Amino acid sequence: MLIKIEQEQSIRKTVADPKIQKAVYSATARLKEKRSEVVSPEALPEYQELREQAHRIKRHAMENLDYYLEQFEKNLTAHGGKLIYARDGNEVADFILNLAKERGVNMLVKSKSMTTEEIHLNERLEHHKLETVETDLGEYIIQLAGDRPYHIVAPAVHMTRQDVGEVLTRTLHVERSDVPEEQAKIARVTLREKFLAAGIGISGANFLVADSGAVTIVENEGNARLCTTAPKIHIAVAGMEKIIPRAQDLAVFLKLLGRSGTGQLLTVYTSFLSGPRRAGEVDGPEEFYVVLMDNGRTKLLADAEKRESLFCIRCGACLNACPVYRKIGGHNYPGAYSGPIGAIITPQYAGVAKDPWLPFASSLCGACAEVCPVKIDIPKILLSLRREVAEDNAGEAGSPMERTAFRMFAWVMRRPKLYALGARIAGKFAGLPGLTSFGPAAKWGSTREVPRPAAKSFRDQWRDRRKGAR
Amino acid sequence: MTAREEVLDGVRKALGRSAGQAPAAAPEARIVIPEIDVERRFTMFSERLELVGGKTYRAADLDAARAITVEIMGGETGVASNAPLLAQAGITGLPGVATGFMDEAALRAACAVTPFGITTADYALAETGSLVTRSATEARLISLLPPVHIALLPISRLLTGLDELYTRIPLPSEETASMVFITGPSRSADIEMILVRGVHGPRVIHVIVVNNI
Repeated sequence: MLIKIEQEQSIRKTVADPKIQKAVYSATARLKEKRSEVVSPEALPEYQELREQAHRIKRHAMENLDYYLEQFEKNLTAHGGKLIYARDGNEVADFILNLAKERGVNMLVKSKSMTTEEIHLNERLEHHKLETVETDLGEYIIQLAGDRPYHIVAPAVHMTRQDVGEVLTRTLHVERSDVPEEQAKIARVTLREKFLAAGIGISGANFLVADSGAVTIVENEGNARLCTTAPKIHIAVAGMEKIIPRAQDLAVFLKLLGRSGTGQLLTVYTSFLSGPRRAGEVDGPEEFYVVLMDNGRTKLLADAEKRESLFCIRCGACLNACPVYRKIGGHNYPGAYSGPIGAIITPQYAGVAKDPWLPFASSLCGACAEVCPVKIDIPKILLSLRREVAEDNAGEAGSPMERTAFRMFAWVMRRPKLYALGARIAGKFAGLPGLTSFGPAAKWGSTREVPRPAAKSFRDQWRDRRKGAR
Repeated sequence: MTAREEVLDGVRKALGRSAGQAPAAAPEARIVIPEIDVERRFTMFSERLELVGGKTYRAADLDAARAITVEIMGGETGVASNAPLLAQAGITGLPGVATGFMDEAALRAACAVTPFGITTADYALAETGSLVTRSATEARLISLLPPVHIALLPISRLLTGLDELYTRIPLPSEETASMVFITGPSRSADIEMILVRGVHGPRVIHVIVVNNI
């Protein structure tokens, strides 16, 4: 059994929950629609060319990653910033905790970062009594609710305004409001104080630009700008796959990211930051750090075929397009990343043995690859991971009978004459109930629609037509 | 072995590269600058900005820009940046406008209570309706903390889009610690996909495009 009982039950529960189904379905539909509008041939004739170029640049950056990491480090250092290498989440947390201790900081503000979700940074910091405040509206609500993000770009997509009203009242003891505008105002007022009092601001990074030593962050609310401006110390935490060679490459990536994620031509704010405030500048942080995290990425890099999983720019378009994500929702994916991209990176970071069912949670319909702005061939990678799972679990996954059946099928498929004979015989029984309704095949057939054999096979029809034509 | 050495070594091993090895030739950057005349750029810019909730004005000169600013502010206070253009326009001398901040704490205190933040933009992008501001000339908090942002843009700085900007400034960090694109007022759709403006940054943005400069 690939999937654990609890996991399966949890998925069934989500599928049967009309509130969540409606919330996720309508939000993803909206995002899908907005994306299609702005990448249509009328709106953006060069869209396919941009995707090709983005793919080429990411491939080049990953294939020469050590060079660009060193170049990034050199340029960041030249602008007064510091690069910290971290092998895993522990090292990221240790660095932040030590710095906070040295500087006497007891509260920090954070802007949205999936990388820090990946390593459960908040829990690690809170465990050491370092108050950690999420400031993106959705992330803040999630944090107050003690929940985890449901979607890469829309973390609270599964909550209704009533849920939000309840959480805000319960945790902040404010008057209950179920109006999003009022709720945002409550967050603005509460968080404004935090921004101005925090000793450290933590951000993620959408891109690390090697020729500039710069961190690029996109956002809509202004919380990332505040996190990287108001506190005396800014720490950007980034996976090392975020490297791109040149600032000029942003002309390609920025056109794709906003459009693919939320249907925006550009997000409201795009920040390009390199180093602390300079002489003559009135504000901005006095210390500037980039924590560059491996946490399993090197392992991925070594596999030339699956390496392209690292090209992801976290737009979330594949989640919105995925019929499976839209039914089972974000929380049924293990790890921080959900949807098709999660189904390929989580097993590669953590090893396929941890959640062997994950690469199978896909219909391989290809919608994810079609919308991916950097052209990651997600279905191909899913298949490759399935192969790994099968090899890993040769003894347990699938019944011996299933394997025997498929081996027989393969044997027949390689013998055209035998196959033709079989098809002709099967045609005689076309009117009878399918073979998969009985005996050992019944379980396999219970979730599959096996096509009925035609009374006259295609090959026979073809042969007869050619005879007739002559 | 330090984390740095271990990570870099690991990466090199994974890629079959050696320390100090030159990279393969990079794909050429894709930069395509469309030809769009200045009037069309202005129309595009104001249409795009309006779509995301911003407002555009056209001023014949700096005096006209000041008059528009006065009208928008409606007698309330504001904080103006140290950009020379604002002084030239006489905006820094307006009653109720505080300016000349060189100390961060004072700037922060002023920006936290004033309704208007007034800056210039180094550039603007017609294709997306964006302003480009750099910390070398503009304090970051003025376009961030006050609920309304007013920006003056010399029309000569209105570019077509990202490609032209990155041609003019191929290495932005050489001149500034921060470069920010601002495309409309702060917004969020995190609750039920309902649009809310002014979450952490300004909820209103006015751009005054000034002719002949």
